[in-house]
Amino acid sequence: MSTKRIAAICGVLVLALTVDVVPAWPQKGPIKLGFLTQMTGGGAAVGKDMSNGFMMSLEEISNQIVGRKVEVIIEDTQGDPAQALTRLRKLVESDKVNAVAGIFLANEGYALAPKVDEYRIPTVWAVVSADDLTQRKPTKYAVRTGWTSSQPNHPFGEYAAKTLGYKRVATIAMDYAFGWEQVGGFQRTFEEAGGQIVQKLWPPLGTTDFGPFLAQIKRDADAVFAVMVAASSLRFPKQYQDAGLKARLPLIGGGTSFDEFVLPALGDEAIGAISPLIYSAAIDTPVNQRFVKEFRKKYGKVPGYYAEASYTAARWIAEAAKAVGGNVEDKEKFLAALKKVEISDAPRGPIKLDTYGNPIQNIYVRKVEKRDGELWNTVIQTFTGVSQFWKYKPEEFLKQPVYDRNYPACKYC
Amino acid sequence: MGLTRFSGQQVVAAIIFFLLLASPPFLSSFLLTLLTQALIYGILAMSLDIILGYTGLASLGHAAYFGIGAYSVGILATRYGAAFGITLPAGVLLAVLVAAIFGTVALRATGVYFLMITLALGMIVWGLAHRWVTMTQGDNGISAIPRPDLGLPWSLSLSIPFYYFALAGFLIAFWILRVIVRSPFGQTLVGIRESESRMRTLGYHVWLHKYIGFVIAGGFGGFAGVLWAYYNGFVSPVDLQLATSVEVLLMVALGGRGSLIGPALGAGIIVLLKNLVSVYTHRWLLILGAVYILTIVYAPEGILGAIKRRTKEVKPRAVGVHGLTEGEIEGG
Amino acid sequence: MEFWVTQAFNGISYGALLFLLAGGLSLIFGMMRIVNMTHGSYYLLGGYVGLTVIRQTGYFPLAILAGALAIAIIGVFEWNAFLKRLSGQELGQVLTTMGFALIFQDLALIIWGGDPYTIPAPAMLSGAHRIGDLYFPIYRIFIIVVAAVVALILWLVLEKTRVGAMMRATVDDPEMARGVGINVHLISMVVFALGAFLAAVAGVVAGGFVGVYPGADFEILPYAFVVVIVGGMGSLKGALIGSLMVGLLDNFGKALFPELSYFTLFAPMAAILAVRPTGLYGRA
Repeated sequence: MSTKRIAAICGVLVLALTVDVVPAWPQKGPIKLGFLTQMTGGGAAVGKDMSNGFMMSLEEISNQIVGRKVEVIIEDTQGDPAQALTRLRKLVESDKVNAVAGIFLANEGYALAPKVDEYRIPTVWAVVSADDLTQRKPTKYAVRTGWTSSQPNHPFGEYAAKTLGYKRVATIAMDYAFGWEQVGGFQRTFEEAGGQIVQKLWPPLGTTDFGPFLAQIKRDADAVFAVMVAASSLRFPKQYQDAGLKARLPLIGGGTSFDEFVLPALGDEAIGAISPLIYSAAIDTPVNQRFVKEFRKKYGKVPGYYAEASYTAARWIAEAAKAVGGNVEDKEKFLAALKKVEISDAPRGPIKLDTYGNPIQNIYVRKVEKRDGELWNTVIQTFTGVSQFWKYKPEEFLKQPVYDRNYPACKYC
Repeated sequence: MGLTRFSGQQVVAAIIFFLLLASPPFLSSFLLTLLTQALIYGILAMSLDIILGYTGLASLGHAAYFGIGAYSVGILATRYGAAFGITLPAGVLLAVLVAAIFGTVALRATGVYFLMITLALGMIVWGLAHRWVTMTQGDNGISAIPRPDLGLPWSLSLSIPFYYFALAGFLIAFWILRVIVRSPFGQTLVGIRESESRMRTLGYHVWLHKYIGFVIAGGFGGFAGVLWAYYNGFVSPVDLQLATSVEVLLMVALGGRGSLIGPALGAGIIVLLKNLVSVYTHRWLLILGAVYILTIVYAPEGILGAIKRRTKEVKPRAVGVHGLTEGEIEGG
Repeated sequence: MEFWVTQAFNGISYGALLFLLAGGLSLIFGMMRIVNMTHGSYYLLGGYVGLTVIRQTGYFPLAILAGALAIAIIGVFEWNAFLKRLSGQELGQVLTTMGFALIFQDLALIIWGGDPYTIPAPAMLSGAHRIGDLYFPIYRIFIIVVAAVVALILWLVLEKTRVGAMMRATVDDPEMARGVGINVHLISMVVFALGAFLAAVAGVVAGGFVGVYPGADFEILPYAFVVVIVGGMGSLKGALIGSLMVGLLDNFGKALFPELSYFTLFAPMAAILAVRPTGLYGRA
């Protein structure tokens, strides 16, 4: 009775302990990378795109860098920052990875940032775009190979004012940091170029019925700038069209509103929408066309920026590892190499980092068009060498608060 | 009859206690962090046991108090640089206050209605965490919460000292709660669980007892939340979503309600399950779901209940409610 | 003026959607007092099955029917194998149904993947009906019509037919019902199946409007409970009024006080429960 219980409990404890016996790898064993993303739950599809992109990149170099094998441990954050932290701990303390990459949710990024510096583990933010991660709350040991939320919208604001000729724009964006930062970037440059933001609507994240918001949109605006993500990107254009707005007010938006992630599920209601992003599957370079073809062959769908950013993140790590001759164990040298990597032929074009660890890259203005019965984001204009600070001096830019609901203020509302 | 079983239990308890105390230096740091998490969730589960196990009220909104404790720390520590001496009482007191307010509303009902009201109240707190962005940073959560500086020779920023810190918290909570449940007050709660009407006719102020139990549960939930915020260095609305409240219910049910130790054990199992299983398979949700179902089917009285039954050598019953027949269940 | 009319219309159409969703829960939870956390999953799976059917056959009505029937069968299984024995045990019900919800969530991920989809509605349901400057999207009108039809059929069956009377009797007092010769087991099963059926219908119909995507199950679950609570458990009329109230409250709340969105929903729920724990039209 009690003996059995004792035995059982001890057995369980022993089992639990043995679970984690990992042999210490000798110095020149494989390069171990940890990839953190959401593999289950609501954002699982994004996580899959990310891990697919990441793995595909490594497979193209036969999973080897400078003669050393590369091992990737993919961990599921479950969309929960606390889980992300636990996984990071496991990757660093148990698996002893040499670097960590991935992450797409802003709250996961913010949760991990202090820990990354505490562990001094070289980290690559592949997708997460929360502005402050490379601005006011930078992480010393991390670089970003994706974008900041406001980055594409700075040039786009100018574009909307000067090229599209809009003077009065109403914005409708998901009410959380990503939406605020996207609108903030757009508003700033749009108004500096002479435009006026006449209305800012903020549907809560997860809104399924945009009716109450669509009804409020000022009918005398020139266009509507919409920032939608994932499922809301799917339902917004149709509701917009059905509410009779598409005919009257051209729809422009943040890149994620019409990203390749949702395009296959959208219909004709999306045609004509213009949005800026760091990538488009329709970029007409041999490198990108090859990338799209291979990805499509392997995974059955057109890659969006989640996949491309992760694909490039893997390449980034490989380049940095090559630069230090494969000696990724020297964290400081490896980190320095990560910050110095420059890639001129990523699927999205040339990328290099600014001093804050964020990419300087092309921004593509895309328009949704139908080609061979499919929807594509045709590139109609390219802005080259765009940094997260656009044309502003970094010090000036950082003096101002991060974009949020009320910054910049809505002067013409 | 009594002596062998009694010392058997004591021996097991002593062994577990010894292991908890002595094993940290030998465990991998990943496992250590899991144990720390298990201890903190153990406190939360024990706090829920007060109203669920001892008073017989199932709440679908208990994560709210967890979140209140955690957010208090988050806001006070990062915005005002408050030390542990302030954040701890603030977090617990705020949780107590909210429980006191919510209790007046929730305790007007029992059974299914109580479930629904606590669900709604929990959603209100979650909604606030989500939308009151100026306070809570909304979805982004509050990050970079520094570990408390207690002036000890060992920095709590390291995993082993913090583990002992959490262990101390757990033991203190356990000891206080144990005193409470063994007191006449605690016995009255059990009596209320068994039959409210009987207690009323015996002259007990039933509502007041339930209320105090509810508030105590909220307070200790807040305490767990305070530790959680320091452990993670981060707090976000995910910590108090509906799924978390349901998970705490599972911890209590799995371990064996009405025993304090049971829920703590249940917490440990669930924490280990979620973290270890997901290392080996992405299908951990399936397994977790199965655990929910299998618990109710095979061990409705929880693991401790099953063990107790075994040792008493009584044939297992398939009834799910702890000691109650259908006629004596309140509400609905 | 345009604002108020459009908002009211939106609120009503949203309320109609909620009624489809909550109507099923009103039967399962309201009448049978089963706390069914799997209700959201019925909605989700119904949508996914409907999606597959419409992809294979292209028939929207078939998609609705197939989705609803498939989920009804799943619901019956859940009821028969597990929930039947947990009468009166809220905790057991919550945990069992939550377990199923998690399993279904993962199964849906395995079968359909994680990408979001919309159910392609037939062309005659797209576009909008224009009256002057006001646009009334036809799909929204469709949802209102479906909800009205379902409400009518439910009312007729429950109030005017023998089967309906048996259902009401079974739910009110199973002992008595058994005593007068009603096959309580069968009737309970039918009620539960009907509840799941309706949730799945909601899933397919909503699928054409808000899409089917992982997470939809837990997103709508609190809303469904709010409607049943506010309207009152055990009352179909209550569910109808509850959904309209919630639809309008949510709509105007979002339009007028967007920062407080969840608050405007759950605070009234808590308030109503505080005053009337059985909900507006509920009976204890």
